[in-house]
Order: sequence, then C-alpha cells, then structure tokens
Amino acid sequence: MSAAYLELIRIRFLMMLAYRVNYYSGIIIYVINIGAYYFTWKAIYGDAETLGGFSVAQITTYIAISWMARAFYFNNLDREIATEIRDGSVAVQMTRPYNYLLVKMMQGLGEGLFRLFLFMTPGMVVAVLLFPVQLPVDPMRWLVFFVMIWFSFLINSQVNLLIGLFAFFVENNEGLIRMKRVAVDLFSGVLIPISFFPPWAEKLIGWTPFPAISYLPSSVFTGRIAGAETWEALLVQLVWCGLLVVPIVCMWRIARRRLFVQGG
Amino acid sequence: MLAIDVADLRKQFKVQQNREGLKGALKDLFKRQHIEVTAVKDITFQIPQGEICGYIGENGAGKSTTIKMLTGILVPTSGKIRVNGYVPYKDRETFVRGIGVVFGQRSQLWWDIGVIESFRLLRKVYRVGEADFRRRLDELVETLGLEPLLHRPVRKLSLGQRMRCELAAALLHQPSILFLDEPTIGLDIVVKTEIREFLKRLNREHGTTILLTTHDLQDIEALCSRVIMLDDGRIIYDGSLDELKDRWGKGREVQFQFAEPVPVSELMALTGGLDVRWSGENEFAAKVWIPKTLNVSDVMSRIVGAKPIRDIKIQETNTDEIVREIYQSGSVKP
Repeated sequence: MSAAYLELIRIRFLMMLAYRVNYYSGIIIYVINIGAYYFTWKAIYGDAETLGGFSVAQITTYIAISWMARAFYFNNLDREIATEIRDGSVAVQMTRPYNYLLVKMMQGLGEGLFRLFLFMTPGMVVAVLLFPVQLPVDPMRWLVFFVMIWFSFLINSQVNLLIGLFAFFVENNEGLIRMKRVAVDLFSGVLIPISFFPPWAEKLIGWTPFPAISYLPSSVFTGRIAGAETWEALLVQLVWCGLLVVPIVCMWRIARRRLFVQGG
Repeated sequence: MLAIDVADLRKQFKVQQNREGLKGALKDLFKRQHIEVTAVKDITFQIPQGEICGYIGENGAGKSTTIKMLTGILVPTSGKIRVNGYVPYKDRETFVRGIGVVFGQRSQLWWDIGVIESFRLLRKVYRVGEADFRRRLDELVETLGLEPLLHRPVRKLSLGQRMRCELAAALLHQPSILFLDEPTIGLDIVVKTEIREFLKRLNREHGTTILLTTHDLQDIEALCSRVIMLDDGRIIYDGSLDELKDRWGKGREVQFQFAEPVPVSELMALTGGLDVRWSGENEFAAKVWIPKTLNVSDVMSRIVGAKPIRDIKIQETNTDEIVREIYQSGSVKP
C-alpha cells in the first residue's frame, strides 16, 4: 500500500512539472517576495539596531527562511477538497481502496517537495547572493530545522483538511478558506514575527496552532530559540500534530454518514 | 452465490430549503430549513453472479443513489446490503478491491498526466502484481484499441477515447463486479457499439457481473438479460426485457398507402366487427392499430381485396415507447 502513496507523491511531482512557465515564474516570485520584505523591514528599522529582539541581519535571515519553510508546508488542500466535494468527484475517490485524507496529504507532500527543491532552493541561492542572509553553520541546527518543517507541513495540512472537510456541512466554504489563509500567514509569523505583536496578542496567538507552522522552526533556525527551548518548540509541534488528528477523524466520520453527492 | 443482495434498502437525504426573497435569505442566515427526501424507498433485489442487469428509470428515480450505496460511497439509512459478500460502507477499503466502477459523467483518470501513468498508479493502488498487470493491460489495450492513446494526457482525449480508457482503468484489477453509471452517455453510435461488444465479451470470458444504469434502451436491449425499473425510489419492474415488451407491447400499427383516395369511414365499414382503430392521415393514406389478440392477416385480407394498395408498413411498439408510457403512468400494470 505504501507503494501507492509513494506513487501519488511522484505523480503530483510530475503534474507540477507539466506546467513549465509556472515553474520558472515560481522561482522569481519567491525572490521578489523575499526582496520586498527585506526592503520593507529595512525601511521600518531605519537607524534602529534591533526591533522586537531581532537585528536587521536576523530579520533578513528570518524572512528568507520563513519563505523557504512556506514553500514546503504550503498547499491548497483545503480548496482541492472543497472543490472535489462540491463537484462530486469525491465519489470516485471513495471507490478506491485507499484513505482519502491520506491521499490528499501525500499529494500535498509531493507538491511541497517539488516547491522546496525546484522553487525554493534556487530561489534561496539567488536570495543569499542579493541580500545579507546569514545561514547557520551548525549542522545540528539544519537537521532540527528540517525535522521541524516536516511538522510544519503536517500541522498546516491538517488545518487545511479540517477547513476543506467543512464543505460537507456548508454549501460554500470559500470564505472560510480565505480567512484561514490570511490567518495562517499572519499568525504563523511569515509576515511579521510573533514577537512584534503586542504582548496580549502574542499570548493569544500562542494558544493557536499557527506559530507551530512557521514561527517556531524559523526561530530555531535563526538561533533565537536555542538549547533546551529547541526541544520545547519541537514538543509544541508534536502536541498540535496529535491534537489536530481528533477533530479531523470526527469530522470525517460524520461526513461519511451525511455525504451527499452533488449532481445525482 | 449472489453477487448483490439487497433487502429493504432505504436512503434519506436532508435537503436544504432556500427561502424566497431578501427576507427569506436573511432568515436563512440564522435558521436553515431542511426537508427530508427519500431517494430510495425500501427496495429489494438479488443479482446472481455472472448476470448483466440493467437498472433504468427516469432522472431522479434513485438509480445513482442505489449505485452509490452498492459501491460503498453512500451509507444507507436502513436496510440490508451485501455485495460480493461484504457490507460495502463498512469494509470499504477491502470491498472496493473486488469491484470496478465507471461513472459516465466523472473521470477517474488523472487529468494532467498520460493515461499509462494513471494505469500504473492504479496498479499500485490495487496492489496488482507486475506480471498480472502486464497481461491484463495487454488484453485491455488490444480489445479496446488503446495503443495510440496510452501516452497522451487525459485532457487531450475525446469523450469516446476517454470512456474506453475509463473502462480499462476500472478493470485492471480484475473485479468480479462492474458498476456502470451511464457508461454510454454522450457517445456516438460507433463507440457505443464497441463498448457494448466489449462488455458482452467481458461477461462471457471472465464471468464478470455487470450492473449498469442507462437512459439508452439500446444498451439494455443489446446487453441485459434482466431489467430493474425504478420509479420514485421504488422498483416497479424486475424481470426480462422480453416479458416487459410482451406485457406492454399491446399491439402494432399498420400504415396503408392507397393508389386512390379512400375515406376512413369506408375502411371502418370494411373492418366492421374487428377491434381495430383507424385514423386517416390524408385522403391517400391511413393507419390502423391492431391489438395483440388479433392477427394482422385478418385485417389485411379485408382491405387487400377491396382497395388498391401501393405500400404497407407494419410497426411494432418499440421499447422506447413502452418505457416512456410506463414512466408517464408510473406503474407497470397495463
């Protein structure tokens, strides 16, 4: 069975490669994004040495690395699931001997790996040449970072599954999908590091799964979180990953019972 | 052994009711109204292995809903259901290994990649061994003529080409039951015939049980030894197509083309005492309806001697008309 899931990753990889223009423009988009945020932050800093505990060099690295992580964990599984539910093609998926949600996860993984290797790695090389990005030399930190973005992928995809499955219960969950997208980018620390928020907001956000998606791995990578705290951050990710399984399974069970295939 | 065994199967849906107007829409924001719709109402039937069974009925009669329960997609509200020895919705992942499903209106192939890539993926999904897969694929490629299509992306196939690929995709794992939901919809007559021939051969050579829904009664005539007819969620007929025709095909119609003007009243007088109905088309043509109980020759003999006939056409009521009449009356009892 695992052969089938591996094959699904490969197929998604192939599908992404099928559209070449998308591929080249993707690399440019990543460089532009990192550049735009770099110049914005430079302007905000002005003469200030540090803001929110970040030096200019740190924030530049933080931005670059956040986007690199985002390339891997980001996917549109919520929209894909919602579309399949709405147009009824989820019915075809149910006639196959595999777990629909796992299949979706694998497709997301295929997409993530594609973006990480083929968009982000070249994008990162260009970014390092253009902007003062300081990559750590400690191999351990690289290793922990890659373990952590693996969990970022899991948590983000779980949130997406949850939002996508809402399409079983409401006729149109487009609004919810958009809201989630903004929430993830804002509260996960891609746009603004969590430590820049006012203390009450920082605390509130700390109770959501969003910082575990991006803020924690990027902080570990830039060295803002180090030593024992690293393991704590990893633990937070693990806990969220486990917790999110519960509502997904519940929702899937209920959805199976009330599955209503659109279009007869 | 029975391939499909269904007893008192029922499926209810909650359908959202949208209220009218702006006021209604605002009310809907806070409280939704739902109504219960029963799509399938306590149906019972059995299909033995190796049978080809047609499942027909008007749009919205509950055909697709039944198929979806039989294939494990939908969970029934109540009733007993066993397919291939499994309860479909309970042991879904094991159960679906033994069945093949084709939905005429939905593709099960991956849109952006070559057909062969889809097939390879399905091989892994169904855990078919490489040797079995090769043998099966060669057979399907040959009988369905897929050779030139294998390396094209699915989105570049015509509907007929795609349908042939869909069939192959559903059969790669050698299922013992094949479900087809409107497999010939939108296809031209050549492809339709090819697909019918293929299904017949599949049934003959591999003993595959086939259940198909269709609106094309020629599919049924060409393939099915048995027909189940559904109306408003209930089975109204279950038996052979011939029997249905016998029961409903009440008579035939004979059209006459005369060499000289003949008034209908004169024809009626000629066939006086016989239970026939005349209707005139123009002064040279008329047609007569003759019930099953009467021989056509009885009527002919009276006309042939009396009037000069240029042409005669005899028409039997065809299946389309029979079924249309049944749909309209909603009952099989004539």
